Amino acid sequence: MNVQQLIEKLELRVFGGEQGLQNTITGGYVSDLLSDVMGNSDTGQVWLTLQTHKNVMAIASLKDLAAIILVNNHKPDEDTLNQANEEGIPLLGTDMSTFEITGKLYELLK
Amino acid sequence: MQFQYQIEGGNFSRAGFASSEIKKLMKQLNVDLSIVKRTVVATYEAEVNIVAHAYGGTIYVELDEEKIIIKLVDEGPGIPDIEQAMKEGYSTASSTVREMGFGAGMGLPNMKKNADDLKISSEVEKGTTVQITMYFKTEK
Ligand SMILES: Nc1ncnc2c1ncn2[C@@H]1O[C@H](COP(=O)(O)OP(=O)(O)OP(=O)(O)O)[C@@H](O)[C@H]1O
Ligand SMILES: [Mg+2]
Repeated sequence: MNVQQLIEKLELRVFGGEQGLQNTITGGYVSDLLSDVMGNSDTGQVWLTLQTHKNVMAIASLKDLAAIILVNNHKPDEDTLNQANEEGIPLLGTDMSTFEITGKLYELLK
Repeated sequence: MQFQYQIEGGNFSRAGFASSEIKKLMKQLNVDLSIVKRTVVATYEAEVNIVAHAYGGTIYVELDEEKIIIKLVDEGPGIPDIEQAMKEGYSTASSTVREMGFGAGMGLPNMKKNADDLKISSEVEKGTTVQITMYFKTEK
């Protein structure tokens, strides 16, 4: 599945980073601790978090993640959004809670 | 080849920039991807630790055919007990830093897990030096 297909299936909002919409998704990782994501996420995963600051984009880029989904209606900071556009990494959003969106994502990717 | 990058303490908006440059450089040189990935994790954690815990520092990168040595030298409070700091979960991060999702006490363990060789020395009230070495052995 690619990011575009995921957006359609889960009705996600696209904040930025549209250049990466064709990125292939290999799995997901859910955490709000940045060192946890740094150490334990892997290339091609979608990262679910409530962190909205710019460092999430740095991590997504360094780890070659497929996309970021901000949960619970969180909005990205302006410089986070700019960075997403610069890096071409899709920055997405949902009204769903972490629990709900994780369950749905797992069903789609398992 | 030699490079260096300046790191500003407290400036989270630039955190990860040096690590990203080092990643690009290694990819250009066609270093095995699994080695690049491990280097990125170790370097990022060491870079962020300067931003989060020190006043400022310099990253020195030295690279030849066999290996890359990344040496991060900072001016800062230093680490009084390195063994304790290496334990997963140990953190002295401020509440502001924790709110950003840093401060899980996983950075040093991540460095240990991912670096081929890790050396840390520190002097209280002076600063800390972290040296990460990665070998480009071709796995066959
Ligand atoms: N460069 C440094 N200067 C001063 N103290 C440091 C430095 N690096 C690490 N420390 C000390 O070691 C502790 C553990 O570091 P570690 O990177 O494992 O966790 P953290 O930075 O607190 O949290 P995380 O890395 O999970 O975001 C820090 O909280 C700090 O007390
Ligand atoms: Mg750290």
